[in-house]
Amino acid sequence: MEKEILRIERLSVSFSQYGRGLARRRLSAVEELSLSVYAGEIVAVVGSSGSGKSLLAHAVMGILPYNGRLEGRIWFNGEPLTQKRAAKLRGKELCLVPQNVSYLDPLMRVGEQVTGGRSSPSRRGKCKSVLAGYGLEAGVERKYPFQLSGGMIRRILISTAVMETPKLVIADEPTPGLHPEAAGRVMGHFKEIAKAGAGVLLITHDIELALLTADRVVVLYGGRMIEEAPASAFSDETKLSHPYTRALCRSMPKNWNPDGERLCDTGDILSYMRKEYGR
Amino acid sequence: MTGTKKTGSRRLTMLVLLAFAVVFLGAVVWLGEIWQEEALVTDFTRKNLAPCQTHPFGTDWMGRDMFVRTVTGLSMSIRIGLLTACISAGIAFLMGLAAAVMGRLADGIIGMLIDLVLGIPHMLLLILISFACGRGFFGVVAGVSLTHWASLARLLRGEVLQLKESQYVKIAERLGKGRFYVAFWHMAPNLLPQFVTGLILLFPHAILHEASITFLGFGLSPEQPAVGNILSESMRYLVTGKWWLALFPGLLLVAAVLLFHYIGQTACRLIDPGSAHE
Amino acid sequence: MKLEAREVSFRYGSGGRRVLDRVSLTVESKEHIGLIAPSGFGKTTLLKLLAGYERPDSGEVLLDGRPLAEFEDYCPVQMIWQHPELSVNPRRRLKTVLLEADWEKEAKDRARIEGELGILDEWKERYPAEVSGGELQRFCIARALGRRTKILLADEITTMLDLVTQGEIWSFLRKELKQREIGLVAVSHSPKLLEKVCSRIVRLD
Repeated sequence: MEKEILRIERLSVSFSQYGRGLARRRLSAVEELSLSVYAGEIVAVVGSSGSGKSLLAHAVMGILPYNGRLEGRIWFNGEPLTQKRAAKLRGKELCLVPQNVSYLDPLMRVGEQVTGGRSSPSRRGKCKSVLAGYGLEAGVERKYPFQLSGGMIRRILISTAVMETPKLVIADEPTPGLHPEAAGRVMGHFKEIAKAGAGVLLITHDIELALLTADRVVVLYGGRMIEEAPASAFSDETKLSHPYTRALCRSMPKNWNPDGERLCDTGDILSYMRKEYGR
Repeated sequence: MTGTKKTGSRRLTMLVLLAFAVVFLGAVVWLGEIWQEEALVTDFTRKNLAPCQTHPFGTDWMGRDMFVRTVTGLSMSIRIGLLTACISAGIAFLMGLAAAVMGRLADGIIGMLIDLVLGIPHMLLLILISFACGRGFFGVVAGVSLTHWASLARLLRGEVLQLKESQYVKIAERLGKGRFYVAFWHMAPNLLPQFVTGLILLFPHAILHEASITFLGFGLSPEQPAVGNILSESMRYLVTGKWWLALFPGLLLVAAVLLFHYIGQTACRLIDPGSAHE
Repeated sequence: MKLEAREVSFRYGSGGRRVLDRVSLTVESKEHIGLIAPSGFGKTTLLKLLAGYERPDSGEVLLDGRPLAEFEDYCPVQMIWQHPELSVNPRRRLKTVLLEADWEKEAKDRARIEGELGILDEWKERYPAEVSGGELQRFCIARALGRRTKILLADEITTMLDLVTQGEIWSFLRKELKQREIGLVAVSHSPKLLEKVCSRIVRLD
């Protein structure tokens, strides 16, 4: 068995929010979530928007917004991961490939951002080889973010993460806005990272993409974990336990039935979920 | 978490201060209304008194109580301010919407009007209009109303131009909805927050300008109680050491203006969804 | 009805890059077309031209032989956009989205469409920010399927949504469009999806 890199136990995240007037309420966004990531493994966390998957990433990185509250326990590399330790490891052993392209500084050359500003000759050399490894031509490190396409920026963001040989890479929606081939390529890069011995936590709403790369898939709904299954289980819905996951499986376009009464028969799963999970 | 508690009380403080500002200004207006007669009472046995317990703001050379006079004058200023700010904001709103509804030519003309009004020094235009309208109450109201709409109109017009390009407005057009439908149902609700904060932030401007133009002698006639008149009269007595004649009315005017400004900013922050959870 | 783009070209602004260069496409009611083109081809722009949101620099867009610009009132070609949150006014309740649709207030079809799209009555009283993207897109679809709609353009309408919602929406659309003989031009990043939904795939390059 490979080493356990990340272990999350009964993690809850909630927010204080104003309703109308002065009434304040706690809004629970993630409830009692437990999962583990082992070295060399890609775990995909799949859920629609509002399922709490991005918050999971932010909780591990220790970058929740100011009105957020965290409960439960997180271990990283066998030791408890406190906010302080997360801050120390961030960008080194613990890396986030952010969802948003705006995480890059628009006024800074790409090279400087990848090396993190510490540009010794050896780091510059590594930076070049990392960028080249992602198929970015020489000279790209001298460019500014606005000069690059969406796909190239994704690869730059990944380069920033692997510069430090991280133990855990968290990828928060790494592919939106990319066409399928580019998305596939980005996924390939994550596979390489895992092969090199790091754990990868892939957070996405695109389950089809997740199934292409991930070893295990965790399905979130309304802040709760409803299923954890090996990726292979999704090719046969009888191996899945939760009705929503089975509906997900049936909803993949490749499983649609154009000659049937309904293109895709998932029954009344969404109203069932609304009743059970309140959203 | 302690952080959340602090932000919670911040909103409460904001509301309390807001309530205080509104009550204070309301009280000034109301007192000014019932003291109208009292402000004119002259009593030469108590002329030129420095501030004391019975006359907190002192009395003037005709023995009139300065506190009562100041409050009445300020009440007048606030009422004129409210009236002119509402008229100005109304003009701005109509101009902004007209830019949306009436097509390119109207939009061009409105843009030019805005530039014209903003291009001429404020005070100059104000004096010109007030003078042309025969000064007095009508002159002041016309002057202030006709000079204060332009910056808000420009803001609203910019918003309208942006809304025109928004997807839902274009969709409404493809669904066969007319210009008036779009202006009324799609644009107006989006302009409302800017309109409300713009309106409230116009008050202090309008009040100050009413006071200054009256001070300069182009505004309300001298027998009317107005802060501008009080200040300009006190000029003659300042050199003889009657400092209270100008200081207290001036301070009260500044306080009223600052309070209005505060109300506007707070309203702005409460409406803005970006800080909704503070 | 027959919608036709004849050799249309288009560029944004005067100095911008030419997005479309002499593209032609024909679609009839009853026909469901899936558009496949390389990224950066300007698929969204083509749909915008077909729905009359933009006018081509050269070439023409004809509906039953008449220029599309002549349809000044309700446009029989309606487009559904990728981002539903941009397609509705954030300051109006969702019931107003439905009221914009081309139906009499009490029309049976309106109620049927809302029901089949799974639009709940409680959602209608909410503001756009208070429902999910999938719920919002259902409103946009209901609005686009008015009485006089003859051709529907769908630009990545389920890309931002979860799979189950995607399945429900396309199941509904396929049935509704067939039944009312409404034509479809769909753009999607998923070739599989187009394959299952469309009767004809058009490759542009």
